[in-house]
Amino acid sequence: MILTINNIRHEVNIDAEATLLSILRDELDLTGTKYGCGEGACGACTVHVNGLAVRSCTTSAGSVVGKSVTTIEGLETNGILHPVQQAFLKSDPLQCAYCASGMIMSAAALLREKPAPSTADINTAMNGNICRCGTYPNIVKAIKLASTILTAK
Amino acid sequence: MNATENPLALPNIDRRQFFKLGGGLAVAIILQDVIAFAADPSGTILSPVPSGQVAAWIHIGEDNMVTVFTGKVEVGQNIRTSLTQQVAEELNVDVSSIKMVMGDTDLVPFDNGTYGSLTTPQMGTQLRHTAATARQALLDLAAKHFSSEVTSLKAAGGMVSDQKSGKKISFGALTKGQQILIPISKQIPLINPAEWKTAGKTTPKVNDRTFITGGHKYVSDMKMPDMLYAKILRPPVYQAKLLTVDLDAAKAMSGVTVIQDGTFIAVAAASLRNANSALLAIKATWESPDQPSKAQLFEYLVKNARETEPETSEIKQSLTASEQQHSDTYTIDYIAHVPLETRSALAQWIGDKLTVWTGTQRPFGVQQDLAAKFDIPKENVRVMVPDTGSGYGGKHSGEAALEAAHIAKETKRPVKLAWTRKEEFTWAYFRPAGVIKVKSGFKKDGAINAWKFENYNSGNAGLKPQYRIPNQQNNFHPSLTPLKQGSYRGLAATANAFARESHISDIARMIDMDQLEFRLKNLDDARLKAVLEAAAKSFGWHTKQKRKGCGYGIACDYVKGGYVATCAEVMVTEDNLVKIVRITEAFDCGAIVNPHHLEHQILGAIVQGLGGALFESVDFENGKILNPNLSDYRVPRFKDTPEITIVMVNRTDIAPSGAGEAPIVSVAPAIRNAILQATGTALRSLPLLPTGKLERS
Repeated sequence: MILTINNIRHEVNIDAEATLLSILRDELDLTGTKYGCGEGACGACTVHVNGLAVRSCTTSAGSVVGKSVTTIEGLETNGILHPVQQAFLKSDPLQCAYCASGMIMSAAALLREKPAPSTADINTAMNGNICRCGTYPNIVKAIKLASTILTAK
Repeated sequence: MNATENPLALPNIDRRQFFKLGGGLAVAIILQDVIAFAADPSGTILSPVPSGQVAAWIHIGEDNMVTVFTGKVEVGQNIRTSLTQQVAEELNVDVSSIKMVMGDTDLVPFDNGTYGSLTTPQMGTQLRHTAATARQALLDLAAKHFSSEVTSLKAAGGMVSDQKSGKKISFGALTKGQQILIPISKQIPLINPAEWKTAGKTTPKVNDRTFITGGHKYVSDMKMPDMLYAKILRPPVYQAKLLTVDLDAAKAMSGVTVIQDGTFIAVAAASLRNANSALLAIKATWESPDQPSKAQLFEYLVKNARETEPETSEIKQSLTASEQQHSDTYTIDYIAHVPLETRSALAQWIGDKLTVWTGTQRPFGVQQDLAAKFDIPKENVRVMVPDTGSGYGGKHSGEAALEAAHIAKETKRPVKLAWTRKEEFTWAYFRPAGVIKVKSGFKKDGAINAWKFENYNSGNAGLKPQYRIPNQQNNFHPSLTPLKQGSYRGLAATANAFARESHISDIARMIDMDQLEFRLKNLDDARLKAVLEAAAKSFGWHTKQKRKGCGYGIACDYVKGGYVATCAEVMVTEDNLVKIVRITEAFDCGAIVNPHHLEHQILGAIVQGLGGALFESVDFENGKILNPNLSDYRVPRFKDTPEITIVMVNRTDIAPSGAGEAPIVSVAPAIRNAILQATGTALRSLPLLPTGKLERS
């Protein structure tokens, strides 16, 4: 099975039923994508498949064959952080940061669809991502900052 | 001692001899990587020194890098940053020249654990004194070096400069990388927080870039050559006894090792998928006794309690003699910490030496537990805690460490064990459930005369009221607990504040007095009154017009050096849906070390507090957790977050206290009291709205 992850083609010898999360973390050592619940309920494992946010813990590896998968490790381009990463760096919203990868991936997908989201848009789009440390309002601020970085381009 | 003559205690010793002092250990100081698993666990150790010495806590390398050693661990409080700032302040160096080594039992002085909001008041103070002593030692060394008076020297930016001659020398050139073997002096004055330049200011999270690029390795992300992934056979319910087990299918699987040690049964394989498959292939039967269920919980807690003190005749009398009386019973459900990173450990044995990387709040406690389990000296056990995916009081223990080490010993390979969410929900521990009975006697003018407060099972933290009450009796009655319980952010202060602050607002309502006014009338503590007034002012307690269906509630408390007051506005619709409109919280924990990160702690406590206040509850029946996953156990999410305003009172005249716990305790009662004002319904149970709808009384 050939998977394209962060623009690199990987030959993976594993059955198609394996979750994308286990391929990323256990086979390819892309551990930026986190396990949080295993049922798509916390968002820690969020990656992009063809630019859309998906929960890799409930996505089979077989279903992403022929598609382009992006993980947090592949979000920066040519050494430049994605605007969402830049905004997270600048506004420093995190506590334990275990949710960070999933938050950033969900936010990046949101901004791709909707470059200037309202607070309500952000709360709706991000509601599947849990931050148990409770940084939600800070993350909303960071996403708004990312939006201004993006739209200023 | 004469520090001027002998500032580093070992000035004439050369590096080779010096390092021999460390018991012949190689001193390749891989400090930048000590918590990465690449380092050989046997070869990274500075010579151990008593904790009364500067060198135990702070080392200044020849390259000017300052390394700080502490047993505290980073679980999201951002203490890696705040402790760095405090050392930077006293040493007068940039934060970027400081490296914190945290929670590594081989490298840091003993520490009881990261809990109780103690990091800032205790560890912060310890490190400030240590850094101040180091600064003085550097000045003394420089005085000798320049043959000048200490009074003409200034330490700044990692250099000591002689104001008279204009000469400069770096800290590293002064220490030459030697350990600073000088007793820590508490006589050397610390920099007054009012004059802080580095501490007291917002400084970004240390290593922030690694967290937003996915680069930081939490324990659950770690790997080692030859490592096996492990899974444990868990009973289906608590207290279950294994009757039969068939391991043949698992044993027949290629690449799978099955471990059976009494009733401890585990599988290990080079891939997590194979380990999972092997676990599923095990067939076991169990038997278990009847156990209490949630439906009987509160009755069970009261029935099985050990009454510590009967009601005194004085209290009885003063209650009876009061103009008015009120009594009520409050209940608190078990809730789960739900750290987003589940319990995880990576264990490696080399001979009879054990190294374990794990996410725990008590690395030395886990070291002790491991040494006891395997009957080896604790010096043979090294526990390391990389920055961890949160704890909230839920990671005082080292279950995954013990299990991973057990399997690693059997398989003779490094073993990683990361609990599933279901395991975390089932086999960790919970915030205790409780029943709290309150009786009070008071006058129509608002003076409280008598107070009887009894907490069954949930704990004695924050048991006593801050209010001026001449006759009071406050008791904690320990009980039997159907579920495993333990620490949780704020301990029982949250339960006790809920009962007390609910009761206080009930009394105010009974005598038709404003909740805020009633509190101010019955409090003496100026700092507590100040946060109440600050919260109320910012909230617009007296000034903002309430909309239809809205109510205001207020609550306050003092917990572990922190003074907190919370105002809440709720809106209750005619069909009984409750919306938390806004929350304002004022907090005073003395001098603020990092404003942005303090705000994080307060914000996080409010948001986490919303869960316990509104809907979090562990459901269980006959030894089984019924909601052991995140689709059934609800935690606060983006849409649950109301408008939140935080007022931080910066008392630079008072030494800083911790902030991880106090800001959570007043959230639930403030909301409850707002519902009371909006609807007249006096709720008595946490969570307040388990079904999402208000049941009016």
